[in-house]
Amino acid sequence: MRYLPKSPGERREMLDALGVDSIDELFASIPEALRCRRPPAVPDGISEYEIIDWFRARAEEGAKGYASFLGAGAYRHFRPVVIDALASRGEFLTAYTPYQAEISQGILTTIFEFQTMIAQLTGMEAANASMYDGSTAVPEAGMMAARITRRSRLLAARSLHPEYRQVLDTYNRRQHLPVETVRYDRDSGQIDLADLESKLSDEVAAVIVQSPNFFGVIDKTREAAELAHRRGALLIVIFAEAAALGVLRPTAEADIVAGELQSFAHPTSYGGPCVGVLATKRKYIRRMPGRLVGETVDAAGNRAFCLTLATREQHIRRAGATSNICTNQALVALMATIYMTVFGKQGLRELAEQNLAKARYLAEAVRARGGSLVFSGPFFNEFVVRPASADGARGVNEAALGDNVIGGLELGRLYPELDGALLVCATEVNRREEMDAYAACFGPPAGEDSIA
Amino acid sequence: MTYPPQYRYTKDHEWVHVSGESAEIGITHHAQDQLGDVVFVELPDVGARLRANGAFGTVESVKAVSDIYAPIGGDVTEVNEALIDNPELLNSDPHGAGWLVRVKVFDAAELEALMDAAQYAEYAAAEGG
Repeated sequence: MRYLPKSPGERREMLDALGVDSIDELFASIPEALRCRRPPAVPDGISEYEIIDWFRARAEEGAKGYASFLGAGAYRHFRPVVIDALASRGEFLTAYTPYQAEISQGILTTIFEFQTMIAQLTGMEAANASMYDGSTAVPEAGMMAARITRRSRLLAARSLHPEYRQVLDTYNRRQHLPVETVRYDRDSGQIDLADLESKLSDEVAAVIVQSPNFFGVIDKTREAAELAHRRGALLIVIFAEAAALGVLRPTAEADIVAGELQSFAHPTSYGGPCVGVLATKRKYIRRMPGRLVGETVDAAGNRAFCLTLATREQHIRRAGATSNICTNQALVALMATIYMTVFGKQGLRELAEQNLAKARYLAEAVRARGGSLVFSGPFFNEFVVRPASADGARGVNEAALGDNVIGGLELGRLYPELDGALLVCATEVNRREEMDAYAACFGPPAGEDSIA
Repeated sequence: MTYPPQYRYTKDHEWVHVSGESAEIGITHHAQDQLGDVVFVELPDVGARLRANGAFGTVESVKAVSDIYAPIGGDVTEVNEALIDNPELLNSDPHGAGWLVRVKVFDAAELEALMDAAQYAEYAAAEGG
């Protein structure tokens, strides 16, 4: 991709048209504290050849050669080469839904297939053309529930990804949808149903529960649905690790299922790009944000695809639109579509089973080294463990880093009550010797203490 | 097109027919003609309170989704369930079988701000279509 420069004259012309003197004045509304004043780390005025080399060298410094047990919302999975080979074909190279949609039958076909596969995987009746990412899909699902129920409060589990909760808060400050947090059970790591029941009221539009939740624990979504529905609220089920869908179907009682599909689409590269999904029941499709590709026939009677329900979008409905999302995450959704196609139903199940097996192996290995699992609830490929050693989570991870192993997430920063504990993830890409190496950082095998 | 003389009309192309304490509300022939084929109608729940000039539902056609505004205030006593399965009633009989809601009227004086049939016919004609 080439950078198209603007001449000083063109800049001047644009600034004059905007009625400002300088670029600084144009951005004057951005608070000083939020501005990045340090110069970029990239050297100035070097050739294209040198800059590519520079970036390559930086990439080498990254996680190359390291084993990683970091999950917490971004997961390392094997990506067949066919994904990039197909997705980088010129016909597909767009980040967006085509704006002159119907002439782009190829892209519409892939989006239709994406929607179909997401509906099948989530057990819902309809899915949209994708959202920007999992975190923004959460408030969109919440606002959708508010439109359906005509209520204006949300309950979100404390075990919902902390960053998703932050994004939810950012949206809802302006949407006037206050969010109250529901505790998790300190033993099981699952939602505290008594706390949920006490916080439900006739003003609550939806209960938002993630499963597997941020602690990796498969949550009590069916029970949460029952409590929510009893008070006329909807249940929104969120997932951050799509690989779990191979063995774990969100409860059929869910009204909206939304989540993150990075696991199927993209490596864990510096925070993105990700791709979100939103699926629901047929009766709610008119309240759904985003675009929807439908199947139809053309003038000659051939099977064809079109954008449907676009009349509810911003470019037509303006302020009355269901959402400000007027596009989708086309390219990354395409990657996920190819991934799901390559793996197929059986492949996704085997993938999920491998994740289950690896995480269980690692959990046993760290327990054998004195680590204790914090929660008793069933987990998928991620679990919370408290090391026995005095220097705790930090000590384990520092030792691991010395062995070229990136350890799990230290939870104390996000959950003070879990200070000293680690959120550890193992996927199909973690080899046994990597897991043994990381487990060794937790301390000597139990029983050897007395010998020493 | 003739507009029923006993109805009153808004600039947003809704009509209201008051009889006693009750009123029926719908959209005009001109409105449905401009919208084209109606595919979906979204109505308030029975018991909802409408304010005069407040949006209370939407009409979705193949071209657009439009808000419907209440000509007068009132509490919804009945909604036209037939429109759920047959939204095309809004095209075929907008002043009759295509009614949207029935309300219990708060203040019949609000009618005075509305147009009569002759005024509306002229207004709609001036808008074209």
